[in-house]
Amino acid sequence: MSSIPEIVFRDVTKRFSATAQPVLQSIDLVIERGEFVTLLGPSGCGKSTMLKLVAGLEPVTSGQIKVNGLEPRNARPLVSFVFQEATLLPWRSVQRNVALALELEGRSHEEALRTTAKLLDLVGLTHVAQSYPRALSGGQKMRVSIARALATRPQLLLMDEPFAALDEMNRDRMNEEILRLREAGNWTVLFVTHSVAEAVFLSSRVVILSPYPGRIAHEISVDLPYPRTAGLRETPAFDTFVNRASRLLREAHRS
Amino acid sequence: MKKRLFLALNALIVFAALLFVWQVAVWALHVPPYMLPPPVHVGRAIVARFPDLCTSFWISAEAAAAGLAGSIVGGLLIALVFARLPLLRRMLFPYTILLQTVPIVAIAPLILMWAGQGLFAVALVTFIICLAPIIANATQGLISVDTNLLQLFLMHNASQGQILRKLRLPHSLPYLFVGIRISSGIAVIGAITGELFAGSTRVGQGGLGYSILYAMAQLQTDYLFALVFAATILGFTFFFIVMFFEWLFLHKWHESARSDSSEI
Repeated sequence: MSSIPEIVFRDVTKRFSATAQPVLQSIDLVIERGEFVTLLGPSGCGKSTMLKLVAGLEPVTSGQIKVNGLEPRNARPLVSFVFQEATLLPWRSVQRNVALALELEGRSHEEALRTTAKLLDLVGLTHVAQSYPRALSGGQKMRVSIARALATRPQLLLMDEPFAALDEMNRDRMNEEILRLREAGNWTVLFVTHSVAEAVFLSSRVVILSPYPGRIAHEISVDLPYPRTAGLRETPAFDTFVNRASRLLREAHRS
Repeated sequence: MKKRLFLALNALIVFAALLFVWQVAVWALHVPPYMLPPPVHVGRAIVARFPDLCTSFWISAEAAAAGLAGSIVGGLLIALVFARLPLLRRMLFPYTILLQTVPIVAIAPLILMWAGQGLFAVALVTFIICLAPIIANATQGLISVDTNLLQLFLMHNASQGQILRKLRLPHSLPYLFVGIRISSGIAVIGAITGELFAGSTRVGQGGLGYSILYAMAQLQTDYLFALVFAATILGFTFFFIVMFFEWLFLHKWHESARSDSSEI
């Protein structure tokens, strides 16, 4: 449709105080609509900060960020954020947690009810709709968190290491699930992780960052066709990408 | 359930044993009843003056409840202001601690002098000593909200009112109940302290505090013990009512209010 890129970083630098070393320096990055881009790097390379900048939760120190051609703050209605922890409201049932974003945006009760029912079905949690978060497992909580993010029909999803707290089996399953969900929604995703396998499995493009200060070190186009399924992890092509990304990540870390 | 029954039985046996030792000690050591009446005398006093005891109980209960209710409303309002204005909070917060350390016995006569005698003045004394724990805990609850949750609300363009109603207030509820629980215990102490100075419009009839003084003056030590016993029951009653509401509001989602806690 439009040729406006989803996200544009133009020479972005971010420091948290005037005297400190920048967290991010001279970031130039364009993300087109429909891409699944993963920021991969060791901790301290500023990848979470990049998400906060896109969400308009932190201001840039210099440079410019546009989200759909808009200032990040003004683009918020198009965007949903998924945090590392599930960040559910413990006093709300699963169903009402998913409805939260809709409530905040002033949608009608009926609409919220309809949308949440559909989403809970999509993430396979209809049977716990009336339970409270404390009764859920880590994986289930993350599913609720994702359903909540999808409730406002975002065009762009920002995900900050959402599966870092899950065990490997659950993480793999969530990876498959998020790709399955994306087929229906076709949102653009900016994803943060420090797992190479996760980055390769999910993304159409992997951006490798080097730390202190955070800079873009390498980019890899992952030319593996979607839809991707669990079987992909056992193919030589997948291994090739994982090995390449691991090597580049090590290099970025050394330099 | 079995465990709880066992605990209750345990407490009863200890209580009975205590009464027995008390009775035997008074009898064996020939303690005069005006110094320490045996439990049987106290029991007799309770039965004989039950209507008086109930009247005093209710007068104190009323004052304590009014003071506690006032401190919950007032404390929450102050906490809301503190949460909204960090500068004011830093300026005034030390004074809420002062409120807690000032000896209430020393200022109770002053308060009664200013506010006059009667229920209002006694409730005011209660209000003052109940206020600090509620302010401290409610403020803590309102400001200790998870940053990510706050950012989530901001991402969806939530108004300040929505953040307060849907995030800060529910988050502060368990903290507020900790404050109320502490205050419910001292509310009865506050009311009785107030009554010690408040006097009564009718000779011999007033709250527990007043009646304790009156019984002391008359050397009705057995009735004095009955009054102390009633005061203890009143304190317990307050505590359990608060516990019930805490359970009612929190048991569905909060860890602290889960039934069948097995600590001890």
